[in-house]
Amino acid sequence: MPKKIVLPIGPQHPALKEPASFDVTLQGEKVENILVKLGYNHRGIEKACETKSYLHDLYLLERVCGICSHSHSTCFLQAVEEIAGLDVPMRAKYIRSIIGEMERIHSHLLWLGVAAHEIGFDTLLMYSWRDREVIMDLLALLTGNRVNYAVNVLGGVRKDISEEEKGQILKAMDILEERTKYYIQICQEEITLIKRLSKVGYLSPEDAVRMGAVGPTGRASKITRDARAEDPYAAYGEVDFKVVSDDHCDVYGRALVRVGELMEAYSIIRQLLAKLPSTPLKVNAPRLIPAGEAISRYEAPRGEDVHYVKSNGTDKPERVKLRAPTLANVQAVSTMLEKGYLADVTIVIAAIDPCFSCTDRMVLALNDGKSKAGSELTWKQLRQQSIEWYKKNRGVDFTKVKLDIK
Amino acid sequence: MLYERKGIQMENKHPVVEKIISAYPAYAESIKVQRPNRIWLKVPYGEFRKFLDFAASDLKTDIFCMLTGLDDKENYSFIYHMADLNGLVLNIETSIPKSDDAHIATITDAYPAADLQEREIYDLLGIKIDGLPDGKRYPLPDNWPDGEYPLRKDWTPERLDKKADGAQKEESNA
Repeated sequence: MPKKIVLPIGPQHPALKEPASFDVTLQGEKVENILVKLGYNHRGIEKACETKSYLHDLYLLERVCGICSHSHSTCFLQAVEEIAGLDVPMRAKYIRSIIGEMERIHSHLLWLGVAAHEIGFDTLLMYSWRDREVIMDLLALLTGNRVNYAVNVLGGVRKDISEEEKGQILKAMDILEERTKYYIQICQEEITLIKRLSKVGYLSPEDAVRMGAVGPTGRASKITRDARAEDPYAAYGEVDFKVVSDDHCDVYGRALVRVGELMEAYSIIRQLLAKLPSTPLKVNAPRLIPAGEAISRYEAPRGEDVHYVKSNGTDKPERVKLRAPTLANVQAVSTMLEKGYLADVTIVIAAIDPCFSCTDRMVLALNDGKSKAGSELTWKQLRQQSIEWYKKNRGVDFTKVKLDIK
Repeated sequence: MLYERKGIQMENKHPVVEKIISAYPAYAESIKVQRPNRIWLKVPYGEFRKFLDFAASDLKTDIFCMLTGLDDKENYSFIYHMADLNGLVLNIETSIPKSDDAHIATITDAYPAADLQEREIYDLLGIKIDGLPDGKRYPLPDNWPDGEYPLRKDWTPERLDKKADGAQKEESNA
């Protein structure tokens, strides 16, 4: 019997670009159990929301996560709009859904690349990330930004989609659909990929419900839950789409669900564009939101995002609470990895498409008494330090680069 | 019973509300139907667990969505947002009076998914959770000072700065 060892993975590690710590207890190369430690990205956003106005909170919450920024801002606004009794115009709802689906496309393509990288299939990473640029450019064209689109305002959206832009979106959808068909073919026929992902990170439907798995993670375990279908928000009540699910219950199933959802996203965007209603873009929203409470659900790319907002009649909320999909999914990781192999740990973690920024929501940059006094730096000092570092370590002189820093 | 939201024709008889009232007539006053699939109600803490189990078995709201902890004026309140498979969200609110020894029982025996969110209640609001299995704290860092619960309404970041200043002075004196 090999000796048991505990292998600490993280908080900084090669599996993910975000900090999270996993203490893996190993018996030989088999995983006995796994202890997850999160919180490295805790930024105090919920507390900060209570001290800022609804308008400020909108932009703050958009920065909960870089990938699903639109999800968080829409989810928050839906709750506030419900409390305030605002009737958001249909065109705004359509645009919110269109941007939401584009976000799903960019997130799933990103995931496909990351997952491919974790199993050493870097060609697929290069392909899917190259194609992802199509949608990133499109988002930049429509909103002015590749991430944090800031397309939402209280009571509607700030930016319309013109006829010309419509044409560009449709063209991009055709390109991406063609590429996605190829990825589906790879997922169905590429034998190394199928063998590497099958029976890895098994999560039974019962465990998926018990551990609260949501989104593609849950849907790959036969749980056909999708907030877009069961509780339609924005314009999802107006379109036909299939809730993609799978019965493999493993990482392979999670990959199939995500590529399947890409195809659905193209179809949803086409349907929405075809019948984009001509209404105003927004209604005027009051500065003071009447007292009340509401809960809002949003199917983010990674799963269901839930926001609770309580208002007290002022221009600042009394409480904002959010639950990002990763918080729901990360608890299922230990179940998935039980009796699995150490070599599968990275791909199983990556397969829930984790986002710890969303999950944690704060890190306090406070002087905790242990750090050196006066360790705060101004931008100027920081720049000076980096110039010196590059000069010493890399032999590059950046002093001639002029930057206007106040 | 309160029916809210302008412009939406509410059914007077919501099947879920009817089921609740027939089993727990005392709760009728606190039930609020915001829209057909958003139901809110308040439950005294002593009966909370019994009601949660009733909701899971009879109302089929057995999916744990989220746990919100609130610092109300006199109480700590908790909203358990439970969902069913058809889009219904049942928001069960319960309160305990504020005290230094405030504590509630865990629901992780039936809903393991609540684990991290119950840890969050302890870290951010300082309410002990009885019966929570051993595990790492979430979401505050390990060196976070004891007795500082940042989501309480009377907590401000300056309190930490003061503590840090004090610690620094002690360090320089030593």
